[in-house]
Amino acid sequence: MLSRLAAPRTRAALLLTSAALLAGCTDGPWNNPNPESPPGLVTYQSVMTPLPPKHLDPALSYASDESLFLMQIYEPPMGYHYLKRPYELLPLGVEDFPQITYINAEGEIIDPEAEDVAYSVYALTVRADARYQPHPAFAVDDRGAPHYLFEDASESRPYRQISDFPELGSRPVAANDYVYAIKRLADPFNASPMLGFMAQYIVGMEDFSARLKDVPRDGWVNLDDYPMDGLEVVDERTFRITIKGRYPQFSYWLAMHFFSPIAPEVDRFFHNPGFLDRNLTLDWWPVGSGPFMMVKNDPNSEIVLERNPNFREDYFPTEGAPGDAEQGLLEDAGKRLPLIDRAVFRLEKEVLSLWTKFLQGYYDRSGESHGNTNRVFDQAFVVGPNGVELGAELANHGITVSPDVKPAIYYYGFNMRDPVLGGYTEERRKLRRALQIAFDTEEYLNIFYKGNGIAAQSPIPPGIPGFVEGEAGINPYVYDWVDGAPKRKSIEHAKQLLTEAGYPNGRDARTGEPLKIFIDVQSQAISSTSMNWMDRAFGRIGVQVEYRPADWNRTREKLLTGNTQIFSHGWLADYPDPENFLFLLYGPESPLICNCDGANNASYERPEYDDLFRQMRVLPAGEERDALVARMVDLYREDAVWLYGFYPKDIYLNNPWVHNNKRHGISKNTLKYVRIDDDLRERKREEWNQPVIWPLYAMSALLVALLLPGIIAYRRRLRATARQ
Amino acid sequence: MFAYIVRRLIYAIPILVGVNLLTFTLFFVVNSPDDMAASQLGDKYVTPEAIENWKQKNGYDKPLFLNPDAAGVAQLTDTIFFDKSVRLFAFDFGRSESGRDITTDVATRMWPSLAVALPTFLVGIGVNICVALMVVMFRGTRLDRGAVFVFVALMSISYLFYIIGGQFLVAKTWRLVPISGFHTEGQVWKFLILPVLVGVVAGIGAGARWYRTLFLEEANQDYVRTARAKGCSELSILFRHILPNALIPILTGVVVLIPSLFMGSLLIESFFGIPGLGSYMLDAINSQDFAIVRSMVFIGSILYIIGLLLTDISYTWADPRVRLS
Repeated sequence: MLSRLAAPRTRAALLLTSAALLAGCTDGPWNNPNPESPPGLVTYQSVMTPLPPKHLDPALSYASDESLFLMQIYEPPMGYHYLKRPYELLPLGVEDFPQITYINAEGEIIDPEAEDVAYSVYALTVRADARYQPHPAFAVDDRGAPHYLFEDASESRPYRQISDFPELGSRPVAANDYVYAIKRLADPFNASPMLGFMAQYIVGMEDFSARLKDVPRDGWVNLDDYPMDGLEVVDERTFRITIKGRYPQFSYWLAMHFFSPIAPEVDRFFHNPGFLDRNLTLDWWPVGSGPFMMVKNDPNSEIVLERNPNFREDYFPTEGAPGDAEQGLLEDAGKRLPLIDRAVFRLEKEVLSLWTKFLQGYYDRSGESHGNTNRVFDQAFVVGPNGVELGAELANHGITVSPDVKPAIYYYGFNMRDPVLGGYTEERRKLRRALQIAFDTEEYLNIFYKGNGIAAQSPIPPGIPGFVEGEAGINPYVYDWVDGAPKRKSIEHAKQLLTEAGYPNGRDARTGEPLKIFIDVQSQAISSTSMNWMDRAFGRIGVQVEYRPADWNRTREKLLTGNTQIFSHGWLADYPDPENFLFLLYGPESPLICNCDGANNASYERPEYDDLFRQMRVLPAGEERDALVARMVDLYREDAVWLYGFYPKDIYLNNPWVHNNKRHGISKNTLKYVRIDDDLRERKREEWNQPVIWPLYAMSALLVALLLPGIIAYRRRLRATARQ
Repeated sequence: MFAYIVRRLIYAIPILVGVNLLTFTLFFVVNSPDDMAASQLGDKYVTPEAIENWKQKNGYDKPLFLNPDAAGVAQLTDTIFFDKSVRLFAFDFGRSESGRDITTDVATRMWPSLAVALPTFLVGIGVNICVALMVVMFRGTRLDRGAVFVFVALMSISYLFYIIGGQFLVAKTWRLVPISGFHTEGQVWKFLILPVLVGVVAGIGAGARWYRTLFLEEANQDYVRTARAKGCSELSILFRHILPNALIPILTGVVVLIPSLFMGSLLIESFFGIPGLGSYMLDAINSQDFAIVRSMVFIGSILYIIGLLLTDISYTWADPRVRLS
């Protein structure tokens, strides 16, 4: 039989099989999952994970995953310096910082320091060189009429995606486009998440919204036909926004995508009959004046951005934070932006695939909005003599690490109205402090977050004014400063506090009943191992724990009604100002007081804190404001409002050909700074992805080995006599 | 037969209504329209007005089943149930909670699902039948007993193991194919090899064991002995006598699946990044997108009913003695 394998016909069959297996696999690595990039264009390959964006309309979107795309396509009035820290606000879509005029109730212009400020008027001038991307919405015929304006759905049927429109046009960004965008926020038909919040500040927004509610919606509604009191177009490039009172943080809001310009003709274009049925909407095809434009939006697989040929002149910054030059972050100083031509974001739901493709060089970074290193941290990092460091495989690949402490805080808060744990007496404070000490945040982070987090000493995370490092920055009720580092107070101290609070050995001194605390947790966000860990942590001071798991909607209900004792929550900053964190403890923000989805879920109410907050929120940055912030933090610590908190840290990995990897915690419009060494990428991909062919031969041999006994037995059976 | 088909299609209507009602009720027991609005609007600054605006925009501001403020038939038609579920019978799937047209999405996504499911299905059936017939040929021998042991072992292994193991070995370690992904620009087949291979291998244990049982029953029939006595070859006995006679139970289990191939596979599509209907459903469940879930359940029900009907019809083809009446 073996001799038959060597027969010419068998050999030929084997060769043909091998050839068939190898056919089509000669163009580069076999495992390349990416389609060919257009020649001559440097393409950045990245991921969107774990779900595609839901909204790409700047009026509707309020998620960082979506902001990643919006901020490359749109230019809101303000932006941030890429490198400088603390975060520095800069004009982006406008020429200069807003010119703010203060007005009293009588309509007179008053001094900026005056106390009777009734309104603040922000005057902004649009950049002269800001121009929209080429788009069919701007295409006009010889008479200047819109090229694509259809009477009914049958006319528009041939157009299924933006690339189907042959005629394109463009125009400079106008002041009215910014005004139009704000009106879209106010239009109740859009259901913008910003409407409720911004209506508190922008004059006339509420009335405008109420008026628009009654307007029939059988087609495009030109919002230019409906004036709003707080908005004024002064000339082609200048506009004014009037807000109630004094609100210095408004400049930060102007750096968010909500305030990006929207051309009315773009809005009209997407209201063409039949467009909605083919997903041709502004929510899926953003149109802006930023460095990139969207050329493909397939939420099932990929989103592709390309350099906007009409993007204004913009250059890489020539200054950075201390240490940036040494890290090579100023190598591209003065170069015209963007530094890449194209960016492809592929949908990647499973971390194993993402991780493998990153290691194979098919993704340039491990993630965009999330580093994705937490779930595969064990593979990426090892504990070496100098602590946690990159594993050998990654280090050999030349992969670099970009840590990112997010301007965010995750915390477990006490319900300050709870009859057992809440309240402002010294006993209750001591009880809460005892629980704070027993919850060893550092150990918790090491075990369950692999050290990717920093135990919070206050509600204000690093990088935000008001965050204090060193001994002066520790919470003295929970930590001591020992050998140049904060050290959690002892369990004995916690037990002592518990005794003073009326619970010696964890039992109520009056009734003898053990103290049992109830923690509301979100089912998806907690594991049984972490619950076991908490049982043990509180068990050390004799306190029992009961968990009340629920999904987010049920948890939210409990928070709104105050039906909770200890709850988990988190906050990601909208802008880099302590006000954006300290308002989490501002009394009127309690859901039980405002009867709304307020941010003060602990229902912390202390008149002194609230007074300080009201003063602080309208003060400009400076020593006076810093002192108020410090006092508010002291009050938070004194009252022990949260059980524990931590500032989440994410780690991003970059392949060696990716440059300018500094993370910006607030702004997402950083794609224009990314530089790719395309030649190095091609070489490394080729080197790292040579296929291992022997398993193909081994499998063929195995198949033959499995079939052969069968064939032999079958042939024997055919030749067998009836007796056999 | 025509009358039979019409009758079966009429029977399908109350089934579909029941499925629809059940899905609707279950979903709204878990999630109120307010919950859905809050989920869609995000975690920050969600005001009651924003929730009302969202509900109004998406048609969730009406009563669930009965509108006492309306008059006449509108009491039933001016409700969320009528708007969101009854319209499905006109194949008007509407829009997802994020505003996308569901019909367009389904039409786009069913092809990648089919691209994976169809070869997996066909190759799987072919391999399973061949393996089962081979084992039947050696019935009662050590080879037969060993094969059954292997089948049971293969059945006992989690589907996830096949997926992750396949990805690890074939794509990560040996670098023979992409670990996941799907795009139509260029070589689509290279994205299909691994999911199809995994799907086929993972199905061999259960499939081949089941077919073996069916074939064994036939192998002991008198007509097989007669065929053998006539001097027919073993291959001829297996493929020309046993296989056709075992077709009825095979068709019962197989034909019903054919229409559902469009629906794809939740696990395979999710792990291999195939943008099909399986992952569409999974994403919708994760993001609590009721509009997509109810549409997919409705489509799934229809396809299942069609599958059952096709099964009945296929009996007449496999066995001319069967008459549908």
